[in-house]
Amino acid sequence: MVKQWKQCQTLFFGGSKITADADCSHEIKRRLLLGRKVSVALKQGRVTPTELCQRCLSLIKKTKFLNAYITVSEEVALKQAEESEKRYKKGHSLGDLDGIPVAVKDNFSTSGIETTCASNMLKGDHIKRVLLRYLASLLRLRSGSTDGIFGPVKNPWSYSKQYREKRKQNFHSENEDSNWLITGGSSGGSAAAVSAFTCFAALGSDTGGSTRNPAAHCGVVGLKPSYGLVSRHGLIPLVNSMDVPGILTRCVDDAATVLGILAGHDPKDSTTIQDPVKPFTLPSLTDVSKLCIGIPKEYLTPELSSEVQSLWSKAANLFESEGAKVIEVSLPHTSYSIVCYHVLCTSEVASNMARFDGLEYGHRCDSDVSTEAMYAATRREGFNDVVRGRILSGNFFLLKENYENYFVKAQKVRRLIANDFVNVFNSGVDVLLTPTTLSEAVPYAEFIKEDNRTRSAQDDIFTQAVNMAGLPAVSVPMALSSQGLPVGLQFIGRAFCDQQLLTVAKWFEKQVQFPVIQLQELMDDCSSVFENEKLASVSVK
Amino acid sequence: MAAPMLRWCCPGRRFAFAWVGCGSCHRRGPPTGSTSNGKRGQSSVAQQPHFTAQKPREGEHEWAAVVGLEIHAQIASNSKLFSGSQVHFAAPPNSLVSFFDASLPGTLPVLNRRCVEAAVMTGLALDCHINRKSLFDRKHYFYADLPAGYQITQQRLPIAVNGSLAYSVCVGRKPSRMVTRTVRVKQIQLEQDSGKSLHDDLRSQTLIDLNRAEGQLRVDANISVHRPGEPLGVRTEVKNLNSARFLAKAIDYEIQRQINELENGGEILNETRSFDNRLGCTVPMRDKEGRQDYRFMPEPNLPPLLLYDSGSLPSGADPQQVINVDQLRERLPELPRVTRERLVRQYGMLPEHSCALLNEVGLLEFFQNVIKETRAEPKKVTSWVLNTFLGFLKQRNLAVSESPVTPSALAELLDLLDRKAISSSAAKQVFEELWRNDGKTPAQIVAEKKLELLQDPEALEQLCRSTLEAHPHVVMDLKRGNARAINKLIGLVRKATLGRADPTAIKEVLERQLSS
Repeated sequence: MVKQWKQCQTLFFGGSKITADADCSHEIKRRLLLGRKVSVALKQGRVTPTELCQRCLSLIKKTKFLNAYITVSEEVALKQAEESEKRYKKGHSLGDLDGIPVAVKDNFSTSGIETTCASNMLKGDHIKRVLLRYLASLLRLRSGSTDGIFGPVKNPWSYSKQYREKRKQNFHSENEDSNWLITGGSSGGSAAAVSAFTCFAALGSDTGGSTRNPAAHCGVVGLKPSYGLVSRHGLIPLVNSMDVPGILTRCVDDAATVLGILAGHDPKDSTTIQDPVKPFTLPSLTDVSKLCIGIPKEYLTPELSSEVQSLWSKAANLFESEGAKVIEVSLPHTSYSIVCYHVLCTSEVASNMARFDGLEYGHRCDSDVSTEAMYAATRREGFNDVVRGRILSGNFFLLKENYENYFVKAQKVRRLIANDFVNVFNSGVDVLLTPTTLSEAVPYAEFIKEDNRTRSAQDDIFTQAVNMAGLPAVSVPMALSSQGLPVGLQFIGRAFCDQQLLTVAKWFEKQVQFPVIQLQELMDDCSSVFENEKLASVSVK
Repeated sequence: MAAPMLRWCCPGRRFAFAWVGCGSCHRRGPPTGSTSNGKRGQSSVAQQPHFTAQKPREGEHEWAAVVGLEIHAQIASNSKLFSGSQVHFAAPPNSLVSFFDASLPGTLPVLNRRCVEAAVMTGLALDCHINRKSLFDRKHYFYADLPAGYQITQQRLPIAVNGSLAYSVCVGRKPSRMVTRTVRVKQIQLEQDSGKSLHDDLRSQTLIDLNRAEGQLRVDANISVHRPGEPLGVRTEVKNLNSARFLAKAIDYEIQRQINELENGGEILNETRSFDNRLGCTVPMRDKEGRQDYRFMPEPNLPPLLLYDSGSLPSGADPQQVINVDQLRERLPELPRVTRERLVRQYGMLPEHSCALLNEVGLLEFFQNVIKETRAEPKKVTSWVLNTFLGFLKQRNLAVSESPVTPSALAELLDLLDRKAISSSAAKQVFEELWRNDGKTPAQIVAEKKLELLQDPEALEQLCRSTLEAHPHVVMDLKRGNARAINKLIGLVRKATLGRADPTAIKEVLERQLSS
């Protein structure tokens, strides 16, 4: 822990990273996957990387209706599986994730695979993509954002036995297909992909809750690491000062394994911590009596569904009954988070989107009247209403006459929100326990009744402040609601104490024994792989 | 054909960084000296007006001008400010462009250590306060050669502030009147350069080069005039001046234009203008490049840039990751002002000569190499280097490094002159021969051309005597009191010696013979 605090200080007080003049070798040595544990089945040869890959590919095809994937790089995946298999045979596997199929959200630039951000702006572009450094030896599949030109992602739980049985009890006659559920955004594709067993882990991104929110809705683990712990190089930015790559897996140990591989200094991202981070294994907590769990009172909002609220209390009681100290704490500036986020987010979005002018890459309009007219038409055609709205608001906040009143003020509020957390952690709290979402996943038909801004504001109510403060947080599925849908709770940790956070989350995961999703149709011919729960995760249980 | 379209192969970006300059004072009436202050350096932002009051002359309406300069100078580095791609002069367009330089989404800036060091050293050389913490900002505007839609710069808290530079200028016609002036420096900031647009009017295309290796110095001048005692006038900005000469011309023109405008009852608009080299005047630029809101915001991908000194250096810090200002101070070369003072002190040369030696790249080094190898007086060396040598270079428009005459050759020539082996005029002849660069040494040239001074006193006596005898009327003239007639006799003798006798020696002999 001492070491982690040191890292934290390096980040905040260490200043900008610098590089040697003429250092053109930014293409850093690929970090090999040196995970300590190896998936037992792979190691024992009970299943081969190629079999694993083929089964995932077949599941991807079967679940195509979920809309989780935009690009499936089948050939690349199989080729990499083949290479992995050779390594296993020689006993030189690269680590825990060698041969394990992984999906990547479509806002990561990858080598040789098209990146679209699920947007018209980047669709059909064939320029070489920035190499995503850390995925060198993972299999690459990809998952899509919620909205966008490829249509919304469907929550696999819509088709689960658990949900369908409950629905039959409640609504006797209904069209099942039109009542599918949302995943939540924006890394919903990643969450659905993991939830439907089409991959073992997926990378999402998390700016205001985009990883944790769909994780909660899809019944998977969603980790938002500390800001600066994982490189953003290659991640197409939304809000640079809040974005982090998110990790979605089916269990906490897997999230830790993936984090161990991704974390650490990257010379290409000046905001990453200075020190390297070694892959780690989470200890199994047996005694929580030394833990202090904080329950922020501001998170008890009127909009919170009673079911989530009662599960939240139940979780707090669980900790208490096992000997942990559970106290109510206050994060007084929480209520300003949404409006503050709106100003900062739109400002950074306006700035980041300025590069999409149709000149160097991406969509370009046909107009050729003048450069200015071309910019205007290109950007009008390429961005949808939501993005255009953000760009306009952001530029408004950044105008000279508004900067002090909006942007600077929002930054001050952000500092207050971050200080709230510091104060709570300084008072002895180890981990905060909160809901992840207001309720379980809602049907798409209901969801689209609200406008986008209201929706995202509601979505992010419990998750956003964490991004403002750069803290690590993880959503862990706890139980099924009365409708048979997953409910996740969120743990928030001290900056750069991701490992401690995950250790607590792992203990909690073990206590609650969240049920496995039952997707009969899908499982039928893949039962050999997934009947054994052990094989559904990378890590050894 | 398509209207402004951009064709590019693959983009690039080059970076400059910068400092701010500021003003000199101009006033109406006879010029009091050079008004421009050409500066080496970095780019910059704002101006800090500098002006001095002058006693009003009777019957004249007094105007004072205020000038602030924003100087953009390219840092001599091997790679770019925020990316690892290289910097080369005259590289093929878009051949030195990284993903970051092309602003591909997902790429991030990484600060180049060398550029930070250069900025700190410039700050130290200009007596600035070095900010131990500085910040980076995004400056937004849409332009075809700005692929990200913003430029990373240091608007709010730059790397160095509040400096000054003292410099000397000649006053009036007499070169010996040098006065020292001081220009204040508001700030020095590191700034990413934009690309370069090439407009092909014929095909109605705009081509973009993202290499950014040209335009090593660019100055924007902010100019206003007002009457002393009254508030400052409205300023105009003359953009993209690329030489000290054009800068001076543009400023002089703009001051006069503003005064004329105001005296004729007009008003000055706060506008952006450009300088037309051919016509020697400033003209308004299209307004889109004029006033606009740059919507500055902090660059979120670059944490604050922290600098340390020997006292504040964190223990155990990675030397590759920290920059120590004290160490950089030790690495500073002798500054030009100190060099000039040293030259005056060491060689007894005039201040303007010390300036002249420093104003030409490589000239000081040439001078010092000659001094090292010759026994000739420093004064003699100064005069030869600044008059003869520099004159030859200028006539032929050559740089010191391109000179066919080496310091050793000049040193040898000055030695011959010093021990009176040749006359001054013969020395000039030898120099001309050396310039032809036939690979001959000065001694060889003297021997071949028979340029050595007449060393036989008897022969000189003889020549003088015969000259006096041959020109009795000149002798008479002299004896009647026309002292200048002696020069004519000296000339005649020199001619008879084919220029190989020292005029002083001739004069001595003649005077002795005449008085005997």
